[in-house]
Amino acid sequence: MKDVTIIGAGVTGSAVARELSKYDLEITVLEKESDVCEGTSKANSGIVHSGYDAKPGTLKARFNVEGNKLIHELSKSLDFPFRENGSLVLALEEEGRAGIEELLERGRRNGVPDLRIVERDELKEMEPNVSDSAVCALYAPTGGVVCPFNMNIAFAENAADNGVAFRFNTEVISIEKKTGEDGRIFYHLETSNGSFDTRIVVNAAGVYADRFHNMVSEEKLHITPRKGQYCLMDKTVGGLVKHTLFQLPTKLGKGILVTPTVHGNLMAGPTAEDTDNPEDTSTTAEGLDTVLSRGALSVSRLPRMTITSFAGLRAHEDGGDFVIGEIKDAPGFIDAAGIESPGLTAAPAIGVYIAGIVRDLLNPSEKKDFIRTRKGIPSMALATDEERAALIAADPAYSHVICRCELVTEGEIRNAITRTLGATTVDGVKRRTRAGMGRCQAGFCLARTIPILAELLGKSEEEIEKSGAGSYYVRGNIKDNL
Amino acid sequence: MKRDLVIIGGGPAGLAAAVSARKEGLEDILIIERDTRLGGILNQCIHNGFGLHTFKEELTGPEYAARYITQVEDEKIPYLLDTMVVDISYDESTGDKKVTAMNSRDGLFTIDARSVILAMGCRERPRGALNIPGYRPAGIYSAGTAQYYVNMEGRMPGKKVVILGSGDIGLIMARRMTYEGARVLCVAELQPYSGGLKRNIVQCLDDFGIPLLLSHTVVDIMGKRRVEGVTIAEVDENRKPIPGTEVFYECDTLLLSCGLIPENELSNKLGVRMNPVTGGAVVNESLETSIPGVYACGNVLHVHDLVDYVSGEASEAGKNAVRFLKSEDAAEDDGDVINIRTENGVRYTVPSTVRISKMPDTLTVRFRVGNEYRDKNLAVYLDGKQLMKLPKRVMAPGEMEQIILVKSKAQEIISGAENREHELVIRVEDKE
Repeated sequence: MKDVTIIGAGVTGSAVARELSKYDLEITVLEKESDVCEGTSKANSGIVHSGYDAKPGTLKARFNVEGNKLIHELSKSLDFPFRENGSLVLALEEEGRAGIEELLERGRRNGVPDLRIVERDELKEMEPNVSDSAVCALYAPTGGVVCPFNMNIAFAENAADNGVAFRFNTEVISIEKKTGEDGRIFYHLETSNGSFDTRIVVNAAGVYADRFHNMVSEEKLHITPRKGQYCLMDKTVGGLVKHTLFQLPTKLGKGILVTPTVHGNLMAGPTAEDTDNPEDTSTTAEGLDTVLSRGALSVSRLPRMTITSFAGLRAHEDGGDFVIGEIKDAPGFIDAAGIESPGLTAAPAIGVYIAGIVRDLLNPSEKKDFIRTRKGIPSMALATDEERAALIAADPAYSHVICRCELVTEGEIRNAITRTLGATTVDGVKRRTRAGMGRCQAGFCLARTIPILAELLGKSEEEIEKSGAGSYYVRGNIKDNL
Repeated sequence: MKRDLVIIGGGPAGLAAAVSARKEGLEDILIIERDTRLGGILNQCIHNGFGLHTFKEELTGPEYAARYITQVEDEKIPYLLDTMVVDISYDESTGDKKVTAMNSRDGLFTIDARSVILAMGCRERPRGALNIPGYRPAGIYSAGTAQYYVNMEGRMPGKKVVILGSGDIGLIMARRMTYEGARVLCVAELQPYSGGLKRNIVQCLDDFGIPLLLSHTVVDIMGKRRVEGVTIAEVDENRKPIPGTEVFYECDTLLLSCGLIPENELSNKLGVRMNPVTGGAVVNESLETSIPGVYACGNVLHVHDLVDYVSGEASEAGKNAVRFLKSEDAAEDDGDVINIRTENGVRYTVPSTVRISKMPDTLTVRFRVGNEYRDKNLAVYLDGKQLMKLPKRVMAPGEMEQIILVKSKAQEIISGAENREHELVIRVEDKE
């Protein structure tokens, strides 16, 4: 019997796992994909929201503001890239002023610090490339940008370092509420990879969370996967804006944001399109057009320098708010459902909150040897010349560049594969090191990354996949088919 | 470490530049190559067709590279392999160029270079830059990546292939994949004309019955894990897909051959002036960039069709770098300058300025047109006077064009003019 089983190794599940790993508990995370950060957590805006957007009194508002504070601290102790670049919500017409004032008021009620409205002149000074039609903006200095991959990975690695077990390629098929001989309720989980009995289930299954909730509760949830498409642009235009530029929703619809990423690219998106297919992460011509044309409303000239485009799915619950907490008619089953924006920001706060629920239920003792910090993979691209020289001196593999665009070395890739919860796929290496994330999009480094994965995992190159079963690259030798 | 000449890149451009600089008597040369061997992309171009201009015979890529590598070895020109240049800077007051590089033997090190030749080559345009919608599964490769797998590793990146873009590497790979046992269903090209050389269309597609679909593009990619198929549609004159023309091709692989981009990260770090049309540096008649003593040649300067032209250009760069080193104290050039302007179908030229005093007796000016033209004239004017009018049966964006400027003729026209700045115009004109 496990103490806690967490479904989903996205940012929410990993944050919960990390918080719970402070206690003496037997915890398992089940993930249907081959790695952490494979669903909603890998395809979003990477924004740390300040918290003015959610309606006061909602869970979104509460966990957003709390999460923002936590990320400021955790980015240091768990060593993931975060930058407090500040956000601006633009009113692109005079009629928008009222909306900006409303957001300001809402933000203040939510407890967001240092909010203020900036007028056109100051706005132009802050953002020289902002659109001329912007009349004023709400300035939220605590808004930031984060590496969504490495935040998720950092939580998971630290959880694993503290004893949490992660089982990948393990899809939960059914959950049954049972009562044991001792009269205590427990849950029996059938998965594609064995069955588990557990006291507590934490449902952090993203767009699938309603499915699991509804297996154990009469009060049904309904989640709609809401597609968001993005265009990521070349680093040469990453400095076009310094802040994250949101648009006040207008009659044209919810705005498209334009932001620098924490790594220095420029990004625009997302669209908001409801779909009934929880696996539909395809982009569309119309969607990408919308991103570029609407994004162009915020800046005087949005360069057409896309290096990649992608789509993610947000888990939108019908009620419109996060659904977090123990289910009334399913004791010990804890939802973290409907985690759409600002879910990335909220994740660490949700982790703390759910850990509190579990603590109250199981009364575990605190771990004495809890490892509080985690060190990320050194980055040659960001290192100073002195740091570079030191890294190479310690391990010459740090001099061997595999990804030219992002300056990622063999040393970094080996580190990514051999560390706690190391990468097992090409995408896993990419998200941990940025190899393949640059302007050539792995045209050069793919064929150099695969052999390193094969060597360290003891596999053949043919067995190395992009991101899980069936996503193979090379099959067979030349002339096999002749 | 100090060096008279540092050449960044040991591909065809860097090799030819080094050999030529040595022939001009320069001792202190260093080639820095990031790969494990010299030769650059030629190493994976195992098809023939190289060297017809330079050596008057048909060589494979590795054979062509070997001709230059042998010369580098014979001349004992030093080179570093597996060495990546990570930074380069220019000190305007001293004229020094500081090159920072790293490898496993020497760690991180810097070189003070008196002159630098940029010869980093180019890379392929990725899917993202083309904004192709659909899923993002495994099985989408640039044609060059597929070429690496097949020719260098002996592995098959796929069995049933659609190729988007008719660039030369894509055409070559259509034939190669067929040779190696794959089925190539078609090559789709967004433009109404091919992006590659005519000879490659004949030898790589026509000879194998592979259809070339002009004015077609990929509008959707299916497959969550591995490519399961692509949808191709015809496009209108604005390159927009025409509804109702979609055809689904079941395949496991999509190769992209949609253009090459000069690899100029280092040039940008150095701060040389760039040409937005070519994606390469702006250079004068000596192939010198806006920074004195820094030269560019080969595909990092502008994308070439034939390696023979790369070698020729690089030899000039090598020669000019030596001239720079030998006459570093010479007074600033204050003579006549010709600025080249392109219009009416001509997209750019290399070089884009010509200093008459530094101009050789004949100067090759290379350029591309932006559309397919049939039975037109190529007209060249200097200060409004017609310098030449060349009848052209076919001109296409996929085939680089060139004209030869004769110094004496240019001098004749501009002599007596009051201003020192002159304008040369190259344009496509109708035949009378």
